[in-house]
Amino acid sequence: MPITFMQQFHFVVLPYLVMLIFFLGTIFRYRKAPYTYSSLSSQFLENERHFWGLVPFHYGIVTVLAGHVVAFLLPRQILAWNSQPLRLYILEITALVAGLLAIVGLVGSIVRRLTFSKVRTVTNTFDWIVLSLLLFQLLSGVYVAVFHPWGSAWFSAAISPYLWSLVRFNPDLNYIAMLPIGVKVHIIMAYVIIGIAPFTRLVHILVVPNPYLWRRPQVVRWYRAPKEVA
Amino acid sequence: MNVRSQVSMVFHLDKCIGCHTCSIACKNIWTDRRGTEYMWWNNVETKPGTGFPTAWEDQEKYNGGWEVEDGKLQLKSTSKAKTVFNIYHNPSMPTMDDYYEPWTYDYQHLFNAPEGPDQPTAKPISMVTGELINIEAGPNWDDDLGGSPIYAENDPNLASLSPEQRAQLSAVERLVLFYFPRICNHCLNPSCVASCPSGALYKRGEDGIVLVDQKRCRGWRMCVAACPYKKMFYNWNTGKSEKCILCFPRLETGQAPACFHSCVGRIRYLGVLLYDADRIEEVASLPKEKLIEGQRSLILDPNDPEVVAAARQSDVHDSVVDAAQRSPVYQFVKTWKIALPPHLEFRTMPMLFYVPPMSPVMSSQENGTISHVSDNLFHDIDESRIPMKFLASLFGAGDESFVRYALRKQKAVRWYRRAMTVGDVDMPTAERMLREADCSPDEAEAIYRLTALCTFDERFVIPPMHREEAIQMMEDPLTHKQDVGFGFMSGPHRGM
Ligand code: SF4
Repeated sequence: MPITFMQQFHFVVLPYLVMLIFFLGTIFRYRKAPYTYSSLSSQFLENERHFWGLVPFHYGIVTVLAGHVVAFLLPRQILAWNSQPLRLYILEITALVAGLLAIVGLVGSIVRRLTFSKVRTVTNTFDWIVLSLLLFQLLSGVYVAVFHPWGSAWFSAAISPYLWSLVRFNPDLNYIAMLPIGVKVHIIMAYVIIGIAPFTRLVHILVVPNPYLWRRPQVVRWYRAPKEVA
Repeated sequence: MNVRSQVSMVFHLDKCIGCHTCSIACKNIWTDRRGTEYMWWNNVETKPGTGFPTAWEDQEKYNGGWEVEDGKLQLKSTSKAKTVFNIYHNPSMPTMDDYYEPWTYDYQHLFNAPEGPDQPTAKPISMVTGELINIEAGPNWDDDLGGSPIYAENDPNLASLSPEQRAQLSAVERLVLFYFPRICNHCLNPSCVASCPSGALYKRGEDGIVLVDQKRCRGWRMCVAACPYKKMFYNWNTGKSEKCILCFPRLETGQAPACFHSCVGRIRYLGVLLYDADRIEEVASLPKEKLIEGQRSLILDPNDPEVVAAARQSDVHDSVVDAAQRSPVYQFVKTWKIALPPHLEFRTMPMLFYVPPMSPVMSSQENGTISHVSDNLFHDIDESRIPMKFLASLFGAGDESFVRYALRKQKAVRWYRRAMTVGDVDMPTAERMLREADCSPDEAEAIYRLTALCTFDERFVIPPMHREEAIQMMEDPLTHKQDVGFGFMSGPHRGM
């Protein structure tokens, strides 16, 4: 099947474009407006539903994303793991449960933001766009997982080589040309989300507690350098 | 010895009249912005009372401060591993309901209301959502024991009292209260700093002021949970934490912080303490009953030549050592031992000290007379309306002896002055009281002067901050004074 112009656009131009936007955007924002580099927590305004929304959502989505990354980096190992059906089922069910967990949490968060007026006050248009995109993406992901099994297998066999071809600047669309429409939509939406991330609260993903985990408890800053005391 | 200097404070509770001038001075300067309306970096609580946020002293509820586990000092609210695990939801985070929802009134309605048979009223509206609200709490909801059976009953310090002592506190016509003004304690072992995953919180090396780097703060809110005094505030509008900055821009220009400057009762003292930074952890891990002595031992004598030499070694500027030698805080805390740290058992080593309140103790006397020849001239202190246990829970890490010592000395000073000026007490009795209270006539005179006659310059001995170069490096703070005010580094938007 010949590769159409639209395919070229969605699966070659778009990924390069969004990666460029992502890197330039996040770096630029970090330099120019470090103050804004976080997610605006609303836990202070509403504490209970916050737990039931945010915790399942984050644990779910982190697990799912980690799965995607591993399949991208180690496709052969995943295929080897899947060579026994039981192990394949374990992997697939874990992924599905994580995805469902993320959906439950996200829906919880959206309902929370809609119902509590104080939380609604601190929610802007971009937040609603992000929440909608994430919900759509999670739903499409679960749809793909359910109706196009077994994702862990074909991701490693088709998507991973396709992504690697992009990384090598030698795009090869043959891997994905035949994929069902649901999968393609899921991929395109992923690119869109990466593309808008620098302009939304999603930048908080890039923030890690560093160097907290290995620093001493107290932090002292000197205006002039302190003399070493023997 | 690693000598560091700390700008420290004393609040003389015997003098506080509960006027809240300090709170207003602070609010007008620092927390009049959206997201900060509910914050009171300086607040004045009525004791007994639950304070702000409600029952902040109850660490079973809020998990603030440190605890010692297997000899190791650990945060109560979190650990490094727990922080990673709880990064999406902070389990010890207080909510706005623990403070109050800030509100204003719909004043426009007074002008716009259609003509009718009744006077229009201005209804309360939330400053968060702009919607009508039912006011259920405020920053001083239980001020002067307002609604005390509901609020003051829940004061965590009452837990240590017997039912009789509790009844005595609230008996009709013997009701008693005192005021407890609070700001950030700028602790030596701050739990907020230790808990910050971003390393945004820090202590300034030269003066010990604890600040939040707003550009590094990622809004993880661990500090809000970790501070046992609940003096870290979350700005819900910017998603950053904010706190008392001890008015460092004022200090750097030689002025006292706004709450100190405006204090009507002149209860506030500010000065430098030198301390040994190498021993902080050791002292903070001491058993509870050794904490007060331990903290005192951290504070070094600025007149000791060895300390002065060590300070020079550690690069503490001579002018700062000089300020430390004249520090009123050193007098109150170390020389006279009548100022005590609040809730030292939280182990953050607060550097704000309180002289425990005396007046209600004195007024517990029935019939107004005391037998001058009583063998124990201090017996009324232990029979005071405010039980010693209550004060000990607040200022003695649970140990009554420190509070008793401070109150006895204060009382002896009063009687000594009374013998001198009023003459209704004979001098030998007054002098005996001084002896029993571990106080010399000279010391009594000095305490009297610094308590009653203190001038502005005696109360606030501000060290030179040596930040002149930093100010020069910045833009001129007067650049935009005409249009937006002092210190703005960019102009107004929309030609405001
Ligand atoms: S201004 Fe001074 S006297 Fe008045 S409430 Fe504040 S601390 Fe007390």
